[in-house]
Amino acid sequence: MTVMLVFTLYFLVPIWWLFVAGTKSSSQFTSTNPLWFADINLIQNITNLVAYRDGVFLTWMLNSALYAGAGALLATLFAGMTGYALAKYRFPGRELLFNIVLGGVLVPATALALPLFLIFSQVSLTNTFWAVFLPSLVSPFGVYLTRIFAAASVPDELIEAARLDGAGEVRTFFTVSVRLMFPALVTVFLFQFVAIWNNFFLPLIMLRDETLFPVTLGLYAWNSQVNQIPELRGYVLIGALLSIIPLIILFLLLQRFWRSGLGAGSVK
Amino acid sequence: MRITKRAATVALLTAATVALSGCSTTASTTDTAGDCAPADGTVNLTFTSWIPGIEDVVDVWNEANPGIQVAVQTGPNGNGGTYANFFNQLEAGNAPDLGQIEYDALPNFRVQDGLVNLASCDGVMDAQTDFVDWTWGQVSFNEDDAVYAIPQDAGPMAMFYRADLFAANNIAIPTTWAEFATAAEQVRATGSYITNFSQSDINQFAGLVWQAGGTWFGNDGNDWSVNLTDDTSIRVADYWQDLIDRDLVSTQPPWTTEWDNAYNTGAAWTWNSAAWGANSIASGAPDTAGNWAVAPSPQWVAGDAASGNWGGSSTAVFTGSEHPYEAAKFALWLNTSSESLTLLNESANLYPAAKSGLELPVLKEGVEFYGDQAIYDVFATASSQVSPDFVWGPTMTQTYNDVSDGFKAAVSGNGTLAEALASGQTATIDALKAQSIPVKE
Repeated sequence: MTVMLVFTLYFLVPIWWLFVAGTKSSSQFTSTNPLWFADINLIQNITNLVAYRDGVFLTWMLNSALYAGAGALLATLFAGMTGYALAKYRFPGRELLFNIVLGGVLVPATALALPLFLIFSQVSLTNTFWAVFLPSLVSPFGVYLTRIFAAASVPDELIEAARLDGAGEVRTFFTVSVRLMFPALVTVFLFQFVAIWNNFFLPLIMLRDETLFPVTLGLYAWNSQVNQIPELRGYVLIGALLSIIPLIILFLLLQRFWRSGLGAGSVK
Repeated sequence: MRITKRAATVALLTAATVALSGCSTTASTTDTAGDCAPADGTVNLTFTSWIPGIEDVVDVWNEANPGIQVAVQTGPNGNGGTYANFFNQLEAGNAPDLGQIEYDALPNFRVQDGLVNLASCDGVMDAQTDFVDWTWGQVSFNEDDAVYAIPQDAGPMAMFYRADLFAANNIAIPTTWAEFATAAEQVRATGSYITNFSQSDINQFAGLVWQAGGTWFGNDGNDWSVNLTDDTSIRVADYWQDLIDRDLVSTQPPWTTEWDNAYNTGAAWTWNSAAWGANSIASGAPDTAGNWAVAPSPQWVAGDAASGNWGGSSTAVFTGSEHPYEAAKFALWLNTSSESLTLLNESANLYPAAKSGLELPVLKEGVEFYGDQAIYDVFATASSQVSPDFVWGPTMTQTYNDVSDGFKAAVSGNGTLAEALASGQTATIDALKAQSIPVKE
């Protein structure tokens, strides 16, 4: 119990600190207790942040939402289709394909960023929306999870029945199988969303145009200027606070799905 | 944030090394010094810089020069990732036309053949007299007929100090490092520290060595030499080691809340820093407004007038740019026109490298935070006293990291600053050899 309490504190204190720091004015930030409130300037700080440089922070938040939202949605769809196909269809090379995908889980995204940069340079796609969006559509872990889940939760008999009723393969997948695989798909979506939202290295290498930045890269760029432009420190703090809110909301909304999805994948 | 930053740096360095190992064989199309002619029609240039608000400055140029349109690209500061990106882009052949590069990183780009020699471009050689002498040395590497970038800003060093506390405790403002050590004892007796020794800003330490007359690197045209452990550097290291050993200086990690707080609460009284540091103190220690002043850095020999430098950057034109003529023209305007320099000072506190910039009205005024002292006069004088001989090496990021690891160990009682320099010396020579850069031992 004590151990759990300690760990809970360990995880929560930084967020608490961030919240408290976000409410302070810059002069009180250094001079007051870091874990307790001084004057509440939260609204003022947010207003300043949003106004700074014509609201570039909002652009970053929208970019992140677009990269992570649309990217995770498509990645989930592709991973779900692949996993389903690997689980339910027998074809030559199936295991080989699956093993290659599994190998992909082991390759860190950071290691791929530079080769990706060189490839995207060849086709003149660096510093575009696509440079960050396209690579995030790939989720080897998603394929792995949905395959396990599809094998366990979509009965072959049900697919047979759908076929007998005259449904095509695609229709069967979207009307029958997707519903059965829903917990796994939500889990994949959530993982991928978080991964893209927090992805930093790929945008750092690919993007030059500030209006394309996701919020992680934007805040990092500001943070690297703090020595020279000290007021940026306040913006980075309040920006970091705002940037974790979408993740928290998403987790709260989807938690009943992903809990069952995560459990199912591991036991069966 | 700090850990992410470090991890990112490591990852980027790895990435850059991968890119560079492929680069060395292909870089043969550089040094086109003889060929810098204007193009026909409208020229579009790309310019990567991490200065906040530089778009506004470039807008002014674009307005006035419809024939040369510049598009700004941005990112984190150089060592935060933009340098690694530059190397990647050079490798991929899509580097921007112009890029911001700090002086200490220029040699790295030079040895990788990433920079265009602008010497034959219209007006570039004539501009030498427009810049503070030592800044020109930083971009020409003291080679003949060579200019690899246009100086942008500089960080001449002076001593920020708490005028009120020194006066109230009847302690004289130190003018030599010997007096500084004595004052350190007196300040310590009041319960405070005279200054904070920065365990990770090796750049600041280099500035102190620079002031003392040392130089860490040399290049005779063929071979590089590394002198991190020459007598001057060791003397400076031993001086600070002694203050650390006697607990006369604090050793908080720089740029942190605790560090700000030490200055804000009067726990630290002086800071030997660059011109741009004026703003760091003002925003980090807001409660002490009006109590600070600036004096020249303490000297090693009484009566001398030597200054060091900390930071500063330049605007370079990258290999592969099709329009070096127009790029050089823009870079000269950016770094010499009073309009541009004023804007850069307003938006990013840049302290100009151009002589005319030192005379900007905004840099002649009294600064409220410093009790209305015209502090930039002190820095202007300091700028003229910086030795032009100091040379940076081609692997500075690695050198900084190695020395900084040693410094961090030294302030926590493991080893000494001098030992940190010695291991930095060895590691730097190894790094140069590993990159096939000729080095003399």
